[in-house]
Amino acid sequence: MNSIQLNKQGHLKHFLGIEGLKRALLIEILDTAASFISVSEKAVKKAPLLRGKTIINLFFEHSTRTRTTFELAAKRLSADVLNFNISTSSSSKGENLIDMLRNLEAMHCDMFIVRHNAAGAPHFMAQHVAPHISIINAGDGQHEHPTQAMLDMYTIRQHKGEFAPLRVAIVGDILHSRVARSNIHALTTLGVSEVRVVGPKTLMPKGIEALGTQVFHNLKAGLRQVDVIIMLRLQRERMQGALLPSAHEYFQYYGLTEEALKVAHPDAIVMHPGPINRGVEIDSSIADCKRSVILQQVSNGIAVRMAVMAKTLGTVSEQKGTQ
Amino acid sequence: MATLSILGGRVIDPASKLDSITDLHIADGKILGTAPADFSADEQIEAKDHIVCPGLVDLSVRLPGAVHKGTILSETRAAAANGITTICCPPDTNPVIDTPVVAELLQHCAAGMAKILPLGALTQGLKGEHLAEMGILKEAGCIGVSNVQAIVNTDILRHALEYAANCELTVYLHAQDPWLGRDGCAHEGAISSRLGLSGIPEAAETIEVARLLLLIEMTGVRAHFCRLSSARAVNMVQEAQTKGLKITADVSAHHLFLTEKDISDYNSQCHVCPPLRSQNDKEGLREGLRHGSLHAICSDHQPHEADAKHSPFAMTASGISALDTLLPLTLQLAEEMQIDLMSLLGNITYKPAQILGIEAGTLAEGSTADVCIFDPNKRWTLNEENMHSLGQNSPFLGWELKGKVNYTLIDGQVVYTRPR
Repeated sequence: MNSIQLNKQGHLKHFLGIEGLKRALLIEILDTAASFISVSEKAVKKAPLLRGKTIINLFFEHSTRTRTTFELAAKRLSADVLNFNISTSSSSKGENLIDMLRNLEAMHCDMFIVRHNAAGAPHFMAQHVAPHISIINAGDGQHEHPTQAMLDMYTIRQHKGEFAPLRVAIVGDILHSRVARSNIHALTTLGVSEVRVVGPKTLMPKGIEALGTQVFHNLKAGLRQVDVIIMLRLQRERMQGALLPSAHEYFQYYGLTEEALKVAHPDAIVMHPGPINRGVEIDSSIADCKRSVILQQVSNGIAVRMAVMAKTLGTVSEQKGTQ
Repeated sequence: MATLSILGGRVIDPASKLDSITDLHIADGKILGTAPADFSADEQIEAKDHIVCPGLVDLSVRLPGAVHKGTILSETRAAAANGITTICCPPDTNPVIDTPVVAELLQHCAAGMAKILPLGALTQGLKGEHLAEMGILKEAGCIGVSNVQAIVNTDILRHALEYAANCELTVYLHAQDPWLGRDGCAHEGAISSRLGLSGIPEAAETIEVARLLLLIEMTGVRAHFCRLSSARAVNMVQEAQTKGLKITADVSAHHLFLTEKDISDYNSQCHVCPPLRSQNDKEGLREGLRHGSLHAICSDHQPHEADAKHSPFAMTASGISALDTLLPLTLQLAEEMQIDLMSLLGNITYKPAQILGIEAGTLAEGSTADVCIFDPNKRWTLNEENMHSLGQNSPFLGWELKGKVNYTLIDGQVVYTRPR
C-alpha cells in the first residue's frame, strides 16, 4: 500500500498517505520544514525553489484553510498556483476523473494538490497521471490527510522534542476522521509510547486497534497522564441523529474542559486541526489557554506543506534532511 | 436421426455417480448412453484425456440491459465458450423483469447459445411496494422470483412470499439488511477502517437471514439464499436445514477465493456485492460446500465496461465478470480443498439444476444433451484477450488457471469449439 508514492531511489514522488512511509523520511520532512520556517518570518517571504513550477489546487470538497495554506506554501516557494473548485464545475457536468486529469495534464502542470470525498482518489490519480506530475493528498474521504499529520508532528516535536516517551490521545469522531488515521500512522511510525483513541462507540471505527491504538470510550480514562491531546472537529451533520443525541450531550461527555484536562500530564499540549467548534468538542477557555497550540499548528502548516512540495518535486537535496 | 459420439473421454456425471473412461452417445439432442461399444454415429468427437461432464448450470448471470456492458448474445456466447449451457438471470435488468414481455424477450434472444432462465420480480419495479404479476411471469417462463434488494416493509415481504408460494414459485433471496451498511462498499473491519471505506458489517447479512428464515417458515415458501458471504450466515442456514426447513443456498466462486485483503490497494476489481469478507468467512463458505449446506457455486457474473471500474473505489460499479473463471476456479477448489472432482462438479451441474427445478445438469439416459468437454490439465493465464465476456472486469486477470473447455454441446449441437 502506498509504495506508489516513492520513486525507484526511495524518494518521495507523490505524497498520498503516511501509511507505509519510513521514520527517516518523516523526520526528513520535519527537518526540511524547520529550514523553511524562517522564510515566512522574513520581510520578503519568498524562496526560489519552485520558480517556474505550476501547481494546481484541485479541490472536489469545499475547504478554505487547507487550500489557502497550500496556496501560500506554493507561493512562498515561488511557484505559480491555480485553484480549481470542482464541486461547482465539471464533475457536476459528468466529466470523469481520468478525463479531467488528461485535460489538466495538457496544461503542463507539475503538481496537483487533491482533496476528494472518495477514499483513495489521490491514490487512483497517482496511478494514472503522467509521469512528470506529482500528486499531494490534501484529504481523501475518511482515509488520510497526511500533510495535516505532518504539521501536527512538527508542532509536537516543537513542544516536546522527543517522540519516544510520549502518550498521545486523539479525541472525538475517529470514525469519519482522515486526520485521526494519518496521525495514528505518523505517531506509531515515529515511535511514541502510546496512541490512544477516545470517543463514543458510535464514532469509533471497527478494528482500529489493528493500527496500533488503544481504544477508550471514557474521556477522563483516555486523557490520564497524556502529553499530547489532539481534539477532532465534530461535523455539524453528526451532532444530532443516529450517532449522537445532541451537541450538548457530546460536550458533556467528550468536550475538553478544564476539569477533564486536569487528569492529563501538567505539561500536556492541546491541539486541533480546526476549525474549532467552541462549546461542542472544546471549551472556549481551553481553546484560548496557554496550553493550546492550535494557532501554531496553522503557522507550521505552511512550512510543512512547503517541505512536502519541495521534496516531492525533488528540489531539496536528499542530504539536507538528515543533518 | 442425427447422432454424435464422444469417444474415450473420462465421463463424469455427478447426478448418477458415474465416473469412467468410456464413450458417450447422443441422438436427436438426447443422451443415448455409454453403450453400445459398436455404435456408429454421423459425427465423432475425440475426447481422450478430456473430461466429459454435463453442461454447467449457473444460478446467476447478470444481463445488464446496457449494450456497452454486455449483450444477451455476447454473454450467452461467452457462457457457452466456458461450458455453461444454462444461465439464470436475476430480474434487476434494465428494464426490470416484471412484465411477461421482458421475460419472453430474454429467452428468445438466447438464440441457440446458453439457455436463459429468467427470474421474475417479486414486486413491481423491485420497489418492494406492490406484488409483481407472478402468475403471469411464471407462464412467461420465469423459473422463480426475486427482489434482489431487501423488501423493507416486513408485511409486504410476508405477503410477497405467501403469494410466491401460492404460485408454486421458488423465491431467490439476497440477504442484505436495507439499512446496515447502506452506504458501504467493503466488509466492515480493520481493513475498511484503515482504507477509510464505509463498511458493510457481517450483521447486515445475518440479520436479514434471520428475518427471512422466520418468514420462510411462516409462509411455507420454497426459498433459496443467493450469494452468502459470511461464515455465520452459512451456519444459520445449516441449522435451519437441520431443523427440517427446506431451503437451499449458493456462493459465488470469487467469495471462495478472495477476501477483504484483496481490496487493500483500492483494487476496484474486488468491489463486489455482497462484499469480500474475512479469511474466516472464506473458510466458512468452503466448509459450507463440504458439508452440503451450500448447494451450488455460481459465477455471479456481472460484466462492466472499463470505465465503470476506472474511478476511486467507492465510486466504481460493483461486480465481477466471471463466466470465464467459473470452471477453472471450481477445478482449483477441488485441488485446494482435496474434495473429489465429482462432488464439486455436482455443485455447478445437477445441484443448481435441482434448485431451479429443471431437468438439466446430468448425462443420464434420455436427458437433454447439454455437454461440456474440457481439458483438465490445460494451463493458461487469464487476460483481456482471452476473456470471452464483453466485460473484462475480473480480479483474476493475470492468474494462472487450469482447465479449458474444448467443446460445448447444447441440445446435442456443438455450439462451441476451441480454436486450435
